Amino acid sequence: MAQSTATQTFERHADLPPPVMAVGVLGWLRTNLFSSIANTILTIAAVYLLYLAIPPVINWAFIAADWVGATREDCTSGGACWVFILARLNQFIYGFYPELQQWRVNLAFGLLIALFVPLFVRNFPNKAWVGSFLLFGYPIIAFVLFYGGILGLPVVSTDQWGGLMLTLIISAVGMVASLPLGVLLALGRRSEMPIVRAFSVAFIELWRGVPLITVLFMSSVMLPLFLPEGVTFDKLLRALIGITLFESAYMAEVVRGGLQAIPSGQYEAAKALGLNFWKSMSLIILPQALKLVIPGIVNTLIALFKDTTLVIIIGLFDILGAVEAAIKDPSWLGYAVEGYVFAALIFWIFCYGMSRYSQGLERKLSTEHNR
Amino acid sequence: MSNETKSAAAHTPSRTAIWNNPTFRSLVFQAIVLISVAAFFVYIVNNTLTNMAQRGISTGFGFLDLQAGFGILMSLIEYDETHTYGRTFFVGLLNTLLVSFLGILCATLLGFIIGIARLSRNWLIARIAAAYIEIFRNIPLLLQILFWYFAVLSALPSPRQSLSLLDLFFLNVRGLYLPAPQPEAAFTAVGVAFVLGIITSFLIARWAHKRQDLTGQQFPVLLTGLGLIIGLPVLVFAVTGFPLTWEMPALQGFNFRGGLSVIPELVALLLALSIYTAAFIAEIVRAGILAVSHGQTEASFALGLRPTLTLRLVVIPQALRVIIPPLTSQYLNLTKNSSLATAVGYPDLVAVWAGTTLNQTGQAVEIILMTMAVYLIISLLISTFMNWYNKKTALVER
Repeated sequence: MAQSTATQTFERHADLPPPVMAVGVLGWLRTNLFSSIANTILTIAAVYLLYLAIPPVINWAFIAADWVGATREDCTSGGACWVFILARLNQFIYGFYPELQQWRVNLAFGLLIALFVPLFVRNFPNKAWVGSFLLFGYPIIAFVLFYGGILGLPVVSTDQWGGLMLTLIISAVGMVASLPLGVLLALGRRSEMPIVRAFSVAFIELWRGVPLITVLFMSSVMLPLFLPEGVTFDKLLRALIGITLFESAYMAEVVRGGLQAIPSGQYEAAKALGLNFWKSMSLIILPQALKLVIPGIVNTLIALFKDTTLVIIIGLFDILGAVEAAIKDPSWLGYAVEGYVFAALIFWIFCYGMSRYSQGLERKLSTEHNR
Repeated sequence: MSNETKSAAAHTPSRTAIWNNPTFRSLVFQAIVLISVAAFFVYIVNNTLTNMAQRGISTGFGFLDLQAGFGILMSLIEYDETHTYGRTFFVGLLNTLLVSFLGILCATLLGFIIGIARLSRNWLIARIAAAYIEIFRNIPLLLQILFWYFAVLSALPSPRQSLSLLDLFFLNVRGLYLPAPQPEAAFTAVGVAFVLGIITSFLIARWAHKRQDLTGQQFPVLLTGLGLIIGLPVLVFAVTGFPLTWEMPALQGFNFRGGLSVIPELVALLLALSIYTAAFIAEIVRAGILAVSHGQTEASFALGLRPTLTLRLVVIPQALRVIIPPLTSQYLNLTKNSSLATAVGYPDLVAVWAGTTLNQTGQAVEIILMTMAVYLIISLLISTFMNWYNKKTALVER
């Protein structure tokens, strides 16, 4: 204990600035990149690798690339030949759809976007009506526009459909058809009726156990054998059936997860209110269960979207098929990388968009505590 | 019909009509389902038999004994044109299993590295890992396979200008060439030593665990185990006079001879499968590690466990419980996705069996059913394992 009796006036010293190395850009760099020797080495190695990888790619894709022209003779600079993509863009988007009729495709997709936008706008009136029109009315309009045959529209047979348009059609049909089928299968799997449960389990496990490609082979080789003489199915329709059945099994498992997460009190409460099975499911259980599994559903939809590329193996020309065909065209040999990069970019934009949207939804609907 | 049900209702003592009785309703509903499914199958089988009879396709598995008459690019068992269709099935099956096994190995390794990098405190490393995941997860696998095969591997130089690493590994448009190990007879002793090492270290681990439970004394299991598994075979290898030589690939004429050659189809498929699946595995690993709450680590520190022990005894076992089930389903996905091999012509089960053999014999029903059965059996085996593991590691609650 100090025995000093001298009175000392306490003078508050002005605050010192924080150490230069702890705040601002330098502080950030130090904590995030150079916090230890090992980290510093990692950072330097990563920067070096990026230096090796990024500039040549940028140079190839943008700086040394050719953008204008019509034939391969216009690609002289040694970089990417985007002329090839631009020259074949129509085929990549519409496949072999007759050029004069392409307005029909544009109109159908324009209508789709116009109907979709209100669903993303908060407080838009009559959202439910727009949604149900999108689900039940729109497909008919779209089919009439794509296929034609009435209202003076010439018929465009499905083997002329192709490119991005076909990819979108297959995934949209797959998505719309596999969700209700998946919900039914999930309900069947959790049913108390042994026969219904057994069939649902068998169906789900069968489709989940085999690769999509064998399902597509089956639908293209075996389906014609299953049907009576004279009845033939369109190749596209066969692929659609295969994809829908396959994805509905995955959807069923996702939905089952949601159903299992609903506490049994909810089921009991619905029964106590006197609701029958379908009413308790549609009013009480499913709205909660589906909300819970939105991320899982979107993941399944993304998988479905990527899986649509497999239709090229049974001879349909989706966007990847169109790119493949263009790459093998003798007048454009040697531009495979550009073609694949273009197709990859299209798929990436759609899939990444969907996954970001689902993350946003998850955050919006989340009721958990976040650290 | 309605009279009958009415009279039945009149006889029952309870006042509810029989069509409102839940048991009766569920019985009727199930009967309807059963009959309609059965009718559906009868219809299909009937149609199929008629159609096949009309097209002159014979049913049955007799074709398995016929001579196949086509060559296969790569085979793990002895095979040429004179072998039977039955043998092409096994060639394809083994090729599928080979690519799945190698793919699972590579994808797991890459996936764990990237998953951990994604959680790194180093901002740049975490960003690169995130970019990797977002890029490769969102591009269809088929596109990636085609890209590696047609855009990258086809653009490689000819054998004369091969890319080489230390003059041991060569990569060119014809494939990848590696030195091939040539074990002599005495090499089996090394293998025996390896197996012995695994068995003894397993036994030692059990003994040490029991002793620790009884007395609290610890035993350096990891070091002894490593010594037994690695040291013992190396010792035997040295004692027997290094009975292993390497056959080097060498350029002869227009191509490489000797060594182990890997066809470009396999390289492309393996690259695409590993890179694609690794992106998913990385996310699983990340989620698994994040799922162990920080309180667990803190509690373990409070108990006085050192960081390495905390990781080994507290964090990893709990993270694995979250990681293993989705990881097995990724393995399953990889195995099923290996069927995309048919797009680049790697002779897997789908390409050889459901492709070439189907086209030659026309036995669509038998061949597709056999193919699907193979994948179904693999996936049922894996999901049985997963259920067993889930049950074993499930949290035991009050």
